[in-house]
Amino acid sequence: MAYDFRQSPVVDQVGIEERVARFNTRSIKKGSKVQALKLALNMIDLTTLEGKDTEGKVTQMCYKAMHPHLALPDLPSTAAVCVYPTMVKTAKEALKGSKVKVASVSTAFPSGNSTMQIKLLDTKLALDNGADEIDMVISRGEFLKGNYNFVFDEIAAIKDLTHKYNARLKVIFETGEISTLDNVRRASDIAIYAGADFIKTSTGKIGVAATMPVTLVMLDAIKDYYFKTGIQVGMKPAGGISTAKGALQYLVMLHETLGNAWLDNKWFRFGASSLANDLILQLEKEAKGVYYSKDYISVD
Amino acid sequence: MERIEVLKTYKIFIGGQFPRTESGRYYPLKLKNNMTVNVSLSSRKDYRNAVIAARGAFSGWSARAAFNRGQILYRIAEMLEGRKEQFLEELKQLGYTPTAAKKEVEQSIDRLVYYAGWCDKYQQLFSSVNPVATSHFNFSVPEPMGVVAILADESSALLGLVSVIAPAIAGGNTCIVLASESKPTCSITFAEVIATSDVPGGVVNIVTGSRKELHSHFSSHMDVNAIINCNTEKDFNKTIGENASLNVKRVFTWNRNWSDEKEQGPYYITDLQEIKTTWHPIENIGVSGIKY
Repeated sequence: MAYDFRQSPVVDQVGIEERVARFNTRSIKKGSKVQALKLALNMIDLTTLEGKDTEGKVTQMCYKAMHPHLALPDLPSTAAVCVYPTMVKTAKEALKGSKVKVASVSTAFPSGNSTMQIKLLDTKLALDNGADEIDMVISRGEFLKGNYNFVFDEIAAIKDLTHKYNARLKVIFETGEISTLDNVRRASDIAIYAGADFIKTSTGKIGVAATMPVTLVMLDAIKDYYFKTGIQVGMKPAGGISTAKGALQYLVMLHETLGNAWLDNKWFRFGASSLANDLILQLEKEAKGVYYSKDYISVD
Repeated sequence: MERIEVLKTYKIFIGGQFPRTESGRYYPLKLKNNMTVNVSLSSRKDYRNAVIAARGAFSGWSARAAFNRGQILYRIAEMLEGRKEQFLEELKQLGYTPTAAKKEVEQSIDRLVYYAGWCDKYQQLFSSVNPVATSHFNFSVPEPMGVVAILADESSALLGLVSVIAPAIAGGNTCIVLASESKPTCSITFAEVIATSDVPGGVVNIVTGSRKELHSHFSSHMDVNAIINCNTEKDFNKTIGENASLNVKRVFTWNRNWSDEKEQGPYYITDLQEIKTTWHPIENIGVSGIKY
């Protein structure tokens, strides 16, 4: 399908911000709140992407992903864990027999500054180790230079590879680096047309991470593509979402922009680590009727 | 042309800031000069926010050098001394005689200085090296409990407040205080004193409102480690005791006459401390001749 990315729709920033402000006024209480909190927990990609990661830490996190909080019955597991390619084997082993998927970052995460050959090898390493999902980064420098075909081609090349392994591809824009909402919209269109299964805001490695306006612009791109082709694309805001209240606001936005079909961890994920504990804190509050303490929840 | 006096809006004190109550509710309080103050009627959520602020401030405050905590408590006393006149006027509007008001403020300042001195001393008095039968160096030290909820003395506008906040923070705890319902204005002015005394935001949080409404929330929050009630209502104390059992909070009823010089002392600090005992393996104590 031919598409000139210079023609991507421009974004009305004021309109987006006003729309977001309205999502944040929705009041979700009692039973619906519990449902939403559980759904949010079930949409988390529990993440550890640090230089100091060890097999022990990853194994521990995988246990947390499968059993977020044993004191509460009927809690769902998280959707996936997200780790570096070298940790995929460990995670896969630890998660054996569960529904939790293993996502791996790749393509010289987080900067994406490497050759195509190395990016492909990086991705292949993760896939050979058994990754179910690949979180790639785009070359922001090339994007900002206006080299949209370069970005399109690199996404398409990685997609070819993940497709062979039957893995799903998430494409990270690092929206804090591509700055404007117009750029976010353009990057969304490029990634979606290049075959991304998910589009994702941020690496979590720079100061500015996921925000609601940025996410709304990306959801709009997904909506336009769905109306045009009938194909669903997933969304993953990542970084900076650490409170249950914030997560519920994202779910409201998701529901009111894309509808029920996306309210599932097949189509929406939160890239987060501390969010899980805040969700558990609120679920315990709903269960016990009194404000709860993090003293009673495992740290990781 | 005659000036129109600018009057203060009495808000609450959470995390080092002065927000309005999230509930938007107020209760009117008539002063002696026939003016009416709209005092914030704080809600459960204000309390929750205050607990979050207090919990956030706890690790930093308890990790400070004890000497530095003493300096900061002394600084509160300095600031209070500097704003004496304002407190005298406010106390007068709450029904204190000039003599009683002067005594209240001066005792409050002295009490702060008193606890400032204790900050780096109580540890020595209440720590111990314990004789044990194995080759261990065994010692016990007091450590702050954590977040302390306080229902302040109803009958006192300032001294009752200072007398419970000072020992709590001197020992490295952070606190949330519900001020006297009938005499709340001084507590917010005292919050301004705290805000300008190098006390990190969240260490002291002061809300105003109804004890009847809030006592059950103060005592049920699982992230609060101790609760002090300075009042006598029997049914409140029963609820507080029951709710506190949820996470085994320490419960204290400090119904005292705070203007009595005897109602200060290191035991008010140690009430809000837990004792940590450490067993440190050493070589054979008998051979080296060291005995503890």
